[in-house]
Amino acid sequence: MSHGFGAALPAEDGRPRLPGSLHLNRRLSQWLEFHADGRVTLKPGKVELGQGILTALSQIAAEELDIGFGRIRVQSAATPDSPNEAVTSGSLSVQDSGSAIRHACAAARAIFLSVAAQRSGVPLEALRVEDGAFLGPAGEVGSYWVLADSGLLETEASPEARPKPPEARRIAGTSVPRIDLPDKVFGAARYVHDLRLPGMLHARVVRPPARRAVLQSVAEGPLPEGVQLVRDGSFLAVLAEAEWQAEAAARIASRALWAAEDTLPEEATLAAWLREAGGRGEHSLVLERADSAAPPAQTIRRSFHRPYIAHASIAPSCAVARWEGEAVEVWSHSQGPYNLRADLAKTLRCAPEQVVVRHGEGAGCYGHNGADDVALDAVLAARAVPGRPVRLLWSRAEELGWSPFSSAMLVDVEADLDAAGNLLGWRSDIISNGHSSRPGRAPEPTLLAASMLAEPFPVKPSINPPLVGGGGAQRNAIPVYRLPNLHVGLTRLLEMPIRTSALRGLGALINVWSIESVMDEAAALAGADPLDYRLRHLDDPRAAEVLKRAAAMAGWAGRVKREGFGMGLAFARYKNSGAYAAVVAEVEAAERVFCRRLWIAGDVGEVVNPDGVLNQFEGGAIHGASVALLEQVRFDRQRITSDAWETYPILRFSEAPAVQIELIARPEAPFLGAGEATMGPTIAAIAAGIQDALGARPRALPFTPENIAAAMEAAP
Amino acid sequence: MPAFTLNGAAVAPDLPEDASLLHALRGPLGLSGTRFGCGTEQCGSCMVLLEGAPAYACTLSLATVAGRSVTTVEGLGTPAAPHPLQAAFLAEQAGQCGYCLSGILVSAAALLAANPDPDEAAIRRALDPHLCRCGSHNRIIRAVRRAAAAMHGATA
Repeated sequence: MSHGFGAALPAEDGRPRLPGSLHLNRRLSQWLEFHADGRVTLKPGKVELGQGILTALSQIAAEELDIGFGRIRVQSAATPDSPNEAVTSGSLSVQDSGSAIRHACAAARAIFLSVAAQRSGVPLEALRVEDGAFLGPAGEVGSYWVLADSGLLETEASPEARPKPPEARRIAGTSVPRIDLPDKVFGAARYVHDLRLPGMLHARVVRPPARRAVLQSVAEGPLPEGVQLVRDGSFLAVLAEAEWQAEAAARIASRALWAAEDTLPEEATLAAWLREAGGRGEHSLVLERADSAAPPAQTIRRSFHRPYIAHASIAPSCAVARWEGEAVEVWSHSQGPYNLRADLAKTLRCAPEQVVVRHGEGAGCYGHNGADDVALDAVLAARAVPGRPVRLLWSRAEELGWSPFSSAMLVDVEADLDAAGNLLGWRSDIISNGHSSRPGRAPEPTLLAASMLAEPFPVKPSINPPLVGGGGAQRNAIPVYRLPNLHVGLTRLLEMPIRTSALRGLGALINVWSIESVMDEAAALAGADPLDYRLRHLDDPRAAEVLKRAAAMAGWAGRVKREGFGMGLAFARYKNSGAYAAVVAEVEAAERVFCRRLWIAGDVGEVVNPDGVLNQFEGGAIHGASVALLEQVRFDRQRITSDAWETYPILRFSEAPAVQIELIARPEAPFLGAGEATMGPTIAAIAAGIQDALGARPRALPFTPENIAAAMEAAP
Repeated sequence: MPAFTLNGAAVAPDLPEDASLLHALRGPLGLSGTRFGCGTEQCGSCMVLLEGAPAYACTLSLATVAGRSVTTVEGLGTPAAPHPLQAAFLAEQAGQCGYCLSGILVSAAALLAANPDPDEAAIRRALDPHLCRCGSHNRIIRAVRRAAAAMHGATA
């Protein structure tokens, strides 16, 4: 899973290139530790978000070390000890961390074996490793466990280390069961939410009634026993000995007097507001080429709109913080412990070394949600009670109403076709708020409460990472289809009434949908089948293969028109550099549109855990179906009003489509990531299925009866 | 100090009787398997069995459960002696973040107790009060069917 701009690409720094995050975290002891009792501690800087990454990384380590999988224990990321792998995002964890761990373990194995050879006199070539024991012709001559305390890992990884060839792998590439799942089916205390420290207090935030409201005063009055208020500017929290008391105390909200103004745009005219604010925005060119001067025979002009979308994590965000003197320790489900530490330090105006961030699991994370914000809230609340841990839990309303959102967007497309109906030119313009306000990257903190303090930090409009880092609003905006002429422009809004940041897929959701929708229209004008039309514009055989595979799975060629049903097909290569995914969707148009079945073919390069990739692909597809059919952040001029599951519905068991997935095996190929690949093409395939069923192409997400009716009225 | 039966044992948490069962479970009773998700009966994360029927622990007061029997995910089984549902969820790798699973497992247990051989539609209906954001729905449905088959085999 997840999402956004991952580890920064390391600059050429004169040092020998090491794979993934190993380049910037070169000491082997940063990554692993052997124990005399036959166990290995693996220390990735990437974190478990529900995506199963720790299992995959353990497989890679067990493979290269030649040890049993069960010997590995994973230590959760924490500052200052873990390798700094920036953010667990962008479907980059196996690339960044897996590549690093593979190389580090190969390097460690080589060092241990050479020491065992020297000490035993057995030639290196005659040694092999079996479950951690070093075996020569006459038997065991050592092991990782015997040499565990000899300091051999206190060295930089050698660029010369050679991981196993693909055909020698026995553990990486198999569906090892997830290491985290047993705790989760037996109800063990596994989440940050479950942390119970001695003397721990419980805290809640008292939220303002409006965005950017300013706290004027809090009326005096008795508080329940053991309850205290913490206030810094417009940040107001309650602290209590027991959780039930904290919840009751949060009702003092009625005592707070706020000054509130209308700061949000009119929801009913959101698309018009985007266009208007875009006129005051920052314009940039994403890509331009002009290889043909041929005049177009026809031009398709379409506009696409999507609303703000919420993370809608199943658990409200939570953190625990404890101050000791000038230092504070924080337990958090952040995607980037070091980046969170940086922004906490900026907010507290202290050195980063005074802050320790320890990762613990939260509920499923699909991007920059409230995890980092709640950590600052806990730190601010705990400052009032030095020495005592404070657990601060957001409410459902805060989670759905105050986490960063994925930006609303507009995309205008013009596609030129030649006389034969082939693509000649493509112009698209994107209007969006930025898709990243992740902590740790800007000079000033981006955490929610930082702007509410008595000495507040300004809220800067979100940015778009550069395309080389995956991009934000412009992610997947460049069609991979053969196009002689191309112009992709981007307008980033410089005002941000609703705070935006990275959510699974970022701009790819609307960009893939808009490209695939226009491709279908072009195919129709050319009198071609949507599959054939795509294939004749694709030069990448891996793209063609997933499309053909998905079409075959769905029986695309022999599909029969059925009243009330439709089928659509779509494709994307995530970020144009990651995993390939082709999706065929079957939709049913009843009182509203349902997605009934999805057939998906994928190519993620080398697969470490096939079942894990299937799980990620399917999860992304169902997430995509939910976004396509239901999701839309609602607001009035002052506040987010979709702050309960009733007002922000997501796909339920009764509506989840059946999903069939096939992966194309490429054990020799580099890792391409898996978590975000299916979302965009799923949305696009559902849109195409709606056209097939109803004869109208939706132009606005979500594909509700209202938005589909608007498309039908607009249909030529 | 309202007393009730929790996973077969008598308990009397030291909380006022208008406190929620969820706070009692996760607080003084020390069982954090039952999760908080919304507090308003809209997500199913906190589902427990009250006299064998699914009930939202977030809005159940201790006064209401007094004298009655409550089963949580911890009461279904243990790693050493898993409930067939827990074994089936592991066999199907039915979950990602897992936060929704505690509630889903107890609802599924109530379903199988009432209907030993539910079809897919019945499973979807029974689990519809539960939200899963990671998209593990189909795996979860397969796991419930697998558990039903295993329980049949055991009792046939």
